[in-house]
Amino acid sequence: MAGYLLQRLVQAVIVVFAMSVIVFVGVYAIGNPIDVLIDPGATAEIRENLIRQYGLDQPLWRQYLVFLGNVAQGDMGTSMVYNIPVVDLVFSRLPATLELVLVSVCIATLIGIPAGLYAGYRPDSVGAKAIMALSVLGFSVPTFWIGMLLIMGFAVQLGWLPSGGRGDEGSILGLRTSLATADGWSHVIMPAINLSLFKMGLLIRLTRAGMVEAMSTDYVRFARAQGLPDRQIVFRHVLRNISIPIVTVFGLELGSTLAFAVVTESVFNWPGVGKLIIDSILQLDRPVMVSYLVLVVVLFVLINLTVDLVYARLDPRVRLRGEDA
Amino acid sequence: MTNAHADTATTTGGTIAVPSAAPRETRADRWRNFWADYRQSPVAVVSLGVILVLLGVSFGAPLVSPQDPYDMAALDWMDAFLRPGTTGSGGYVHVLGTDNAGRDMLSAIFYGLRTSFVIGISAGVLALAIGICVGLSAAYFRGRTESVLMRIVDLQLSMPAILLALVMVAVLGQGVAQIVAALVVAQYAYFARTTHGAATVERSKDYIEAARSTPLPTRRVLLRHLLPNVMPPLIVVATVQVASAIALEATLSFLGVGLPLTEPSLGSLISNGFKYIHTDRTWLSIYPGLFLMVTVVAINLVGDQVRTVLDPRRSR
Amino acid sequence: MIPALEVRGLTTRFATRAGPVTAVDGVSFSVAPGRILGLVGESGSGKSVTGFSVLGLIDAPGEIVAGHVLVEGEDMRTMSPEAQRRMRGRKVAMVFQDPMMTLNPVLRVGDQMAMAVRVHDRVSKAAAWDRARAALEIVGIPAPAERLRAYPHQLSGGMRQRVAIATALLHRPSVIIADEPTTALDVSIQGQILSEVRRLADETGTAIVWVTHDLAVVSSLADDICVMYAGRIVESGTAEEVIARPRHPYTWGLIQSVPGLHSPGEKLPQIPGSTPQLSRLPSGCAFRTRCPRATALCETVPPDLGEGARRVLCHHPLEAS
Repeated sequence: MAGYLLQRLVQAVIVVFAMSVIVFVGVYAIGNPIDVLIDPGATAEIRENLIRQYGLDQPLWRQYLVFLGNVAQGDMGTSMVYNIPVVDLVFSRLPATLELVLVSVCIATLIGIPAGLYAGYRPDSVGAKAIMALSVLGFSVPTFWIGMLLIMGFAVQLGWLPSGGRGDEGSILGLRTSLATADGWSHVIMPAINLSLFKMGLLIRLTRAGMVEAMSTDYVRFARAQGLPDRQIVFRHVLRNISIPIVTVFGLELGSTLAFAVVTESVFNWPGVGKLIIDSILQLDRPVMVSYLVLVVVLFVLINLTVDLVYARLDPRVRLRGEDA
Repeated sequence: MTNAHADTATTTGGTIAVPSAAPRETRADRWRNFWADYRQSPVAVVSLGVILVLLGVSFGAPLVSPQDPYDMAALDWMDAFLRPGTTGSGGYVHVLGTDNAGRDMLSAIFYGLRTSFVIGISAGVLALAIGICVGLSAAYFRGRTESVLMRIVDLQLSMPAILLALVMVAVLGQGVAQIVAALVVAQYAYFARTTHGAATVERSKDYIEAARSTPLPTRRVLLRHLLPNVMPPLIVVATVQVASAIALEATLSFLGVGLPLTEPSLGSLISNGFKYIHTDRTWLSIYPGLFLMVTVVAINLVGDQVRTVLDPRRSR
Repeated sequence: MIPALEVRGLTTRFATRAGPVTAVDGVSFSVAPGRILGLVGESGSGKSVTGFSVLGLIDAPGEIVAGHVLVEGEDMRTMSPEAQRRMRGRKVAMVFQDPMMTLNPVLRVGDQMAMAVRVHDRVSKAAAWDRARAALEIVGIPAPAERLRAYPHQLSGGMRQRVAIATALLHRPSVIIADEPTTALDVSIQGQILSEVRRLADETGTAIVWVTHDLAVVSSLADDICVMYAGRIVESGTAEEVIARPRHPYTWGLIQSVPGLHSPGEKLPQIPGSTPQLSRLPSGCAFRTRCPRATALCETVPPDLGEGARRVLCHHPLEAS
């Protein structure tokens, strides 16, 4: 198990390193940020100074090495737009995004998995067909359009919920979060539902497919031949089996929820990192883009690593092979 | 319980019965069978019809739309923000109203739909072609080529498409070609993975080994033997990917990093309408959104049914 | 004596796109306690569906449309679904063909068996594990306590099939339906399991319905034999009678095509043609298109199986010599 873990860690580091190069080079190719940042009327001297200040006169590989060295010291550069350290900027926005992702993932799971189980258990029932139809909508209708409808309906027409932004912060267990206040919840609920729909649709389909397949396996038939009631077959035999693919996909989708937060945050004007990256792309704020992308890659790799480990825990076939090795 | 050639011709004692050979299934038969199975779902048939109609009005947009939304000269500021059903200065009814520039929404939607289809289909076809090449090469050459290629594919698959597309658009800039490139980069990996998966299963079967042991060139083995057998799952992925390419393009345009409003796609139309979301001018965002939704959902439903029909595990 | 299992006129239909297909058509047989009945047929003959129908485990699009299944004289078919469930595992148990698939891969053997104990008997978890261990001992598994803690993939195929048989035995059922339980195993393991099953039937008095396509297996194992073809029983009798003096041309053909009966190099006789699709059965006698003895009568009039211990579904049976 330790060897397996080490191997996965080395892989993870290589991936992060490779991605940081790709992202850095890729982002470098975008225009010349100075043109955007500096008043066209500025003197050539000011221009030169600024270019030197941001290190834009250095060759690309040099800039990358400087970047890498700074990163090692926890310095990801300074935002060209906000003029504050990028690390501070990203971390000031991160809690809002994590809040949103957390709530939406909970909604998706609490609704998606039971709905999928039901749809797979009674695949021909009217309820199952309705659930499946909704799941198709959930992951095929673009997120931003549903978000917009939600705003039109619940904020503009009905006036029940605020149309955007993040609510008042409170503190739970020393953590400052908007989830501690009623105002915070009224702000987070609509974007969270919006963000959860895609994942919910996916979870429903995945759980249903697993359920349908499991119900026709021999071990389920064998369990039925032993007189086990369906409830026990579903919860003790089937759930354990289909939890493996569900956890895998769930974990991987956690990363994509983080990425799709970009869209939801833009629609609901949610002050998280997703909105930050869109703004920084539009304003060519290079250090912010690079840091965001590197941060997301690191999160991704961490999530993948966790998924692998959980997978190994859940499936005895993988787990025991790991122990033998 | 299944046996294709069931009819046996035996008369009386002693003679050996010869089982009649199963009739060879022609291509036309396969299509007919496919259609007979496909037709089982009325929803899927309606969806297919909807897609055909939408393709018709979008590619025939210059013929069926009352106005050319690209022609700035034809726009009249006096016509701005007309409600759906109002008659404008052009003397015809704006069924879905007009936007802030006096553009007829129905025309803009038809043209926008065309842009969306062009982008979605070309991205889907390109991604399919590239994905097949990558997947087949990996499956065929094995060894290091396979592990390197599939490692890259897996890595890309673990990154959400929206993120890859954002980076690509940020790097390449705006425009139809750039968006298509971004979508291809974001999506080819699905095809590569599917091709590779199906091809790995197929290559372990005897007929591929048999083909490899004959002096046929590699290319022929790949194209004539492997490809036809990996097509069914690819068709399913392709349908779904065209839909998601259309949705993704709309999302990028909505975020302001896709197509500019001068080249209306459904996404940029909705994005424009979003500005007026707090007013009562909801037609600006609702109608293009409805078209987008119907398009994407219909394609997905068709894909679903194709998947069901092609599923080899389904009892025939 | 009341038979452990008596099946009367059991009929199971499947709805298909080509219309309803009768997979099991009026099947009747009975097994006394401690006896082994071999239910023989080619794939598609309806023998497995018969097994599942006895337990009431037929899912849509299938449906048991008629017949009675009497377990120790009680008719499963008139019971509520809940009462039927309580019969399964307790009075009627089943063992499946592929031991690699019948155990849940992610649960320990002991947990699966304990679940099967506790579904019918309110005992503690520890007591359930004890019973599971005892059952493993009965089927001749060495170091049973260790096996209980193992996951299925850590056991060999033969071992898993023994676990499945032990699970079926947990509640000392009146009858066990064994659906080709040795087909997927090596020949040497197969032999061990067969002698184990014979011993179990003799010692515990459990009746066994052994579903198989393998005549060689039943001829050495079973007390009685029913031969199935196209969803019907075409011949039944004691194993000795049926093997030594088959009366139905189909049974005769099956026996002739067993390799062991012939000298090396001799060409094996075959039954011409192949099993018909159930949706397209010939009129009259279902076997007539492959039958060397068929006449005009067979084309129009379906033959009658008759009653009693020795039955044959044929207009022109072979002479009982």
